Amino acid sequence: MKSMSRNAWLTFAASLAGIALLFVFEETFDRFTMQIFKLCAINVILALSLNLINGFTGLFSLGHAGLMGLGAYTCALLAMTPAQKEDNFFLQPIVPWLLDVHLPFLPSLLAAGLFTGFVGWLLGVVALRLRDDYLAIATLGFSEIIRVVLTNAQPITNGALGLKGLPRYTTMWWAWGSAIAVTVFLVLLIKSSYGRAFKSIRDNEIAAEAMGIDVFGMKVLSFTISSFLCGIAGGLLAHYLTTIDPKQFFFLKTFDILLIVVLGGVGSITGSIVAAIAVTASMEILRFLDGPLNLGFLVTNGTPGLRMVFFSALLMIVIIFRQQGLMGTSEFSWDALARIGLLPRRGGKERDG
Amino acid sequence: MTEAGNLAGLREAAPSQAELDRRDTEKSQKIDVSVFSVSGSISMDLQTFLQQFVNALSLGSLYALIAIGYTMVYGILRLINFAHGDIFMIGGYLAFYGVGIFAMPWWLSACLAIALTTVFGVGLERAAYRPLRDSPRISIMISAIGASFLIENLAIVLFDARPKAFPVPGLFAANHVVGGIHVASVSLIIPLVTAVLLAILLWIVHRTRTGMAMRAVSTDIEAARLMAVDVDRIVSVTFAIGSALAAIGGILFALKYPRLEPLMGIMPGMKCFIAAVVGGIGSIGGAVLGGLLLGLIELMTIAFLPELTGYKDAFAFILLIAVLLFKPTGLLGRNQGEKV
Repeated sequence: MKSMSRNAWLTFAASLAGIALLFVFEETFDRFTMQIFKLCAINVILALSLNLINGFTGLFSLGHAGLMGLGAYTCALLAMTPAQKEDNFFLQPIVPWLLDVHLPFLPSLLAAGLFTGFVGWLLGVVALRLRDDYLAIATLGFSEIIRVVLTNAQPITNGALGLKGLPRYTTMWWAWGSAIAVTVFLVLLIKSSYGRAFKSIRDNEIAAEAMGIDVFGMKVLSFTISSFLCGIAGGLLAHYLTTIDPKQFFFLKTFDILLIVVLGGVGSITGSIVAAIAVTASMEILRFLDGPLNLGFLVTNGTPGLRMVFFSALLMIVIIFRQQGLMGTSEFSWDALARIGLLPRRGGKERDG
Repeated sequence: MTEAGNLAGLREAAPSQAELDRRDTEKSQKIDVSVFSVSGSISMDLQTFLQQFVNALSLGSLYALIAIGYTMVYGILRLINFAHGDIFMIGGYLAFYGVGIFAMPWWLSACLAIALTTVFGVGLERAAYRPLRDSPRISIMISAIGASFLIENLAIVLFDARPKAFPVPGLFAANHVVGGIHVASVSLIIPLVTAVLLAILLWIVHRTRTGMAMRAVSTDIEAARLMAVDVDRIVSVTFAIGSALAAIGGILFALKYPRLEPLMGIMPGMKCFIAAVVGGIGSIGGAVLGGLLLGLIELMTIAFLPELTGYKDAFAFILLIAVLLFKPTGLLGRNQGEKV
């Protein structure tokens, strides 16, 4: 097929351009912009992970905040040096078996993903017997239970004090490298037979079961993979913020990610990526809405919180008037670009992926 | 901001709910000791138990009041009204502004707050839920989450994120000592109000035509429509009743824990939803039972296993998951077959 080679060529060129662009950004962005840029990548991973379970498998899960917290704590505790741990745990010493553990970033990050994936698997086996809103509320419950445990397990997590002074491992390359790897993985997964099984469960569970798909097994698999990705994002977030505490993983955090997924289109990888970047960037761009001086203790004429009103109103408008979000369930493809005339047409009719 | 000056005094001393819970427990423990030393007739544990039982009864009745709103909406629309906890918050704030800014007597302020909150609840259904009634359940649920998110953020902007101290009329704050047990008036008033409202509600649902229509809609919305039931009106009435109960709950909650903040509805909201599920969602009696049970479990655990106090907010969720796994219909719920 002629068009395949054209598409492959275009993909190759776009990848090169993308990497070149990352180099340019690395050189030109100032520290502040770079922080936002890194946050975009972390939110991309979070949105993709939530979209895998909510959009592609059709299971409404609200447990991401807690799972993210689990990943963040696992990664942080593995990557901190014993000296840093002793500094942090001044109220009550850390459990001895955790004190001397000190791993480089990559193994810590993978361990965070695997541990969160394991916990996700456990939760999935328990919770996925429920459906729809019951599943949502049960996963939300698990998220809160994780947060409460993080707050109270003082000798392991340092409780409400949180962990401070984590090494700033999450560079632009780590953040965007992970985001790209996750995207590629997810695209391949969705195109595989597993992805088709996920989508068939979303579209009609009973028909999927009749076609011989192990519905429960597939749901658990999807939930586990989603948790794994969420744990990775949590680990990156921990070493991006360098300070974590259980309050950050209150279940409202899940709604931030849900906002991104709904705006982008429930069931579209492209949509999630675009929306993650757009929302993260506009959260910063719209900061002026909150007023010029917002120092917390100082009363100003600004109206702190107006920015979030904007985003929540946007969510309402989208869900009421344009439920499919930005992309619906469609994806970016070169052929789609060709169809709307942005690329020269070649070859016969093709189907897009 | 002129109100800031007026309210500054009210804002200062606003203890957190956790703090208040702790004080409750401490108070009861102190009482134990004094009773023990003076009379020595009542055993210490029984005393603690009775004290906590009174506390649990009032907290549980509050939970019940709010759980009824969840259960009624779910029974009719199969929708978890995530914004119900925020309606509860609005009820508390409106009563506060009535007294604090417009200097109304507390009873007038409370009545107005209940009326306005009811209007708000009905309006919310019109704006956020009705356009999506025929959409997939996930969409309408996201809409509920979005509505809750929007109300919370609006409340932060309009009401200010800093906690406000709720002015408690003397009538409610008075403290009685009955047989060595300290009881604030409000702790007695809450179960009474709940009982009266429950009686009225049961009368409406079982003895009026509107109630009959509500039961019809909750059994089968399509069949009810065919029987010439005005479904939209019934849904509005349901939201009105639920929101009024939430507003009363919010005001009573503010009387018991006199501290208002924009996010105060979230945790009670979640817990009351859990209470509704535990009791069997769709069943009014179940919501009351679930609310009382949840209040009892929460306070008894704090009283008798104080080392678990930090895990207080997790109890409800653990209970929820256990109920969902072992008896998904709840204690009093009816089994509804899954349709293909």
